[in-house]
Amino acid sequence: MRKWCLIPFMAVALSFNAISSVPQNDIDIRSKAIGKSLRCVVCQNQSIEDSDAPLAADMRQLVKKRISEGDTNDEVINYMRNQYGDFVLLKPPFQGNTLTLWLLPFILIAVSGAWFFKTKK
Amino acid sequence: MIRSLIPLITLFIISLLFAIGLTKDPSSIPSELINQKFPSFNLSELYDEESIVTEKDLLNKVSLVNVFGSWCAACITEHPYLMEISKNENINLIGMNWRDDRAKAIDWLKYYGDPYEKIIFDDESTLAIQLGVTGAPESFIIDYQGQIKYKHVGVINNKIWEKDILPVINGLNKI
Repeated sequence: MRKWCLIPFMAVALSFNAISSVPQNDIDIRSKAIGKSLRCVVCQNQSIEDSDAPLAADMRQLVKKRISEGDTNDEVINYMRNQYGDFVLLKPPFQGNTLTLWLLPFILIAVSGAWFFKTKK
Repeated sequence: MIRSLIPLITLFIISLLFAIGLTKDPSSIPSELINQKFPSFNLSELYDEESIVTEKDLLNKVSLVNVFGSWCAACITEHPYLMEISKNENINLIGMNWRDDRAKAIDWLKYYGDPYEKIIFDDESTLAIQLGVTGAPESFIIDYQGQIKYKHVGVINNKIWEKDILPVINGLNKI
């Protein structure tokens, strides 16, 4: 009789295995990495990994859930980006409206370098 | 002569860019969801755990989905105005009780009044994250087909209602 009682537990344990083929350790490491790159939209200058805001906690949960369901890191990040926009990314992506941001330092170095050597002569 | 002015001009351009940057409010996050379908969801009703609310409850009428919580101080400021809207305006006012405790939320509504037709209970931010919600109160206007048409972050008051929200609703009712 007691053996029979174990069957529901085994079923649950096995089904968990079937649902999540991603090892727990992997989920933790990857969700941390993703969490560090996502902005907490409440506190804005913290990542969701660092933030104590309740919403950040829920976002971390969601990241974990999506990884365990088989999403790649990029898929998770893109999902968040669809809801919150580029704003949710702590590192601005290299794209049309951020061209100045990414290229300006190099342009300035090049221009001032050219200027420097020209005036030296 | 002109060459010596270059640093000054550069400084001027940079200051101008900074000045423009300062006028932008970093706390207002643009909504990605305007003109998109309201995300599909399957959550329980606040008063009745057994009863399920889905995105279909938003179809065939103009709806205003209002994010609130008993923990939210600004919601208390907004609430009397929502009560007024629910009495006077022809709109499907849906509450979204966010990150709250069922009993506390029900008590809160008992005290301040309940203007909502239906209340979605979203204690784990399931729908909130799908909607890109960043704080409460926040409100969404949904058209007949279930598309998000407008998002307002913060308290709705008479001025904001007349200026920003009512024109959108009237526009949708005309179609």
